[in-house]
Amino acid sequence: MKRKSVAVVGAAETTELGLIPNLSQIQLHADAALNAMADAGLRPADIDGLATTPEWTPNLANYLGITPSWVDGTMVGGCSFMLHVRHAAAAINEGLCTTVLITHGESGRSRVGVGPFSGNRASLEGQFEAPYGIMGPTTVFTIPVLRYMKTYGVTEEQLAMVAVVQREWAAKNPRASMRDPITVEDVLGSRMIAYPFRLLMCCLVTDGGGALILTSAERARDFPRKPVYILGTGEAAESWMISQMEDFTTSRAFRVSGKKAFEEAGITHQDVDHLMIYDAFAHLPLYGLEDLGFCKPGEAAGFIWERNTAPGGKLPVNTNGGGLSYMHSGMYGMYALQESVRQMRGIAPAQVPGAKISIAHGVGGMFAASGTIVFSNEAP
Amino acid sequence: MPEAKRPLPKPTPETRHYWEGTAAGELRLQRCDQCAHAYFPPRPFCPKCASRKVSVFKASGRAILYSYVINHRPMPPFTAPYSIAVVQLEEGPRMMTNIVGCPQTPAALRLDMPLEVVFEKQTDEITLPFFKPAGGSR
Repeated sequence: MKRKSVAVVGAAETTELGLIPNLSQIQLHADAALNAMADAGLRPADIDGLATTPEWTPNLANYLGITPSWVDGTMVGGCSFMLHVRHAAAAINEGLCTTVLITHGESGRSRVGVGPFSGNRASLEGQFEAPYGIMGPTTVFTIPVLRYMKTYGVTEEQLAMVAVVQREWAAKNPRASMRDPITVEDVLGSRMIAYPFRLLMCCLVTDGGGALILTSAERARDFPRKPVYILGTGEAAESWMISQMEDFTTSRAFRVSGKKAFEEAGITHQDVDHLMIYDAFAHLPLYGLEDLGFCKPGEAAGFIWERNTAPGGKLPVNTNGGGLSYMHSGMYGMYALQESVRQMRGIAPAQVPGAKISIAHGVGGMFAASGTIVFSNEAP
Repeated sequence: MPEAKRPLPKPTPETRHYWEGTAAGELRLQRCDQCAHAYFPPRPFCPKCASRKVSVFKASGRAILYSYVINHRPMPPFTAPYSIAVVQLEEGPRMMTNIVGCPQTPAALRLDMPLEVVFEKQTDEITLPFFKPAGGSR
């Protein structure tokens, strides 16, 4: 084993998932954290590092009864937890702390204990984007796709197929919110939200949370669960203003983050058995497959259409059903990480047989930021 | 209840020249005096070479439609369906806007179609730039 390696020794989601009107947001964090600590056989006093969002880290520390000596509140949207994992791995390697708890909880649907939406009209996006009637991700995250579709000749049917395939995976997951099979016709016949995006091409809005516990790989051997090792990590930021993205057919943040993670892990694309790509909308798996290098530019839609990412395909993607069908609280990255850990532990409901390397790739703040984690169940 | 208004911008010292420009019927961009890079949104330095020597200039107002969505969920004062677009200005930078003066349909909103700026006063302080098909009315 490499001298400096880090592993996940605790992982859990909230006890319930989907509609949880009886828990406030901070309690969703706590519920997931308590489940992860039980999973790892740890108590709050054993935790000396804490990373969280969207709750404020000091609030959660006090709520859980932890006084962490390493604190991270990085907030770059839904992939923040990938960045927390990366930062925690560096901190553990550097000896800043030994045992890091990373939590997410979000009352996305019920909005219990959540502040109001707010907008700063003096910010750059407040001045130069908000006046044009943007109303959240459905009208912003979606804007690049027509340029992508024109550039590569991608059809609405192909975009719809992303949602169809992920519903097939969701059907295998008892905790998935949406499990009934759908067809391309169902997707294209669903209500128009923001052309060309129909309802079934948009993620769910649900309640839930998740938590991870990380420690050194050396120490990880003494924990009750089989360790899941972190082989490589990446992160990047591009632009919070969608209008200022460099190119609407590719995410620079995806490319930078993915390259870092692959290089650090020292793996090739052929080594990857399982892939999670944050899918707030149906176009994100297309950008993810191409920007991570699994497909050439413009080829991801055909790759998915030919069932390469579907059950039985050569590269299983979003095996929990993804944000489109499993759950999406608003910051989905934690659930992508949880599914990667389940796959590496060999306990996923739609388990990929013999999977040894899994990647969880996240996006945050529309295309503003990205984080990529390479996991393995074999010690590095 | 007062009628809902667009969420209007609050200018900052770094962006005031832009909003004074739209009020005067001009789309004002900035260009670096060192490397000639034209850029948007406003800031008092070049995002390409970091020079603080930059100048404000009047843009042509010509653009092409780079990408868009048509929002079908109404949000007062907007009447659905309406386009939310990103246009590429002739000078290079891109900006968000609404496409006006044409049907809000995929058939009428073709990527790469030529556009020209049009200004609509919102308040005494704020005038917003929109884009319409080049050569059209409104």
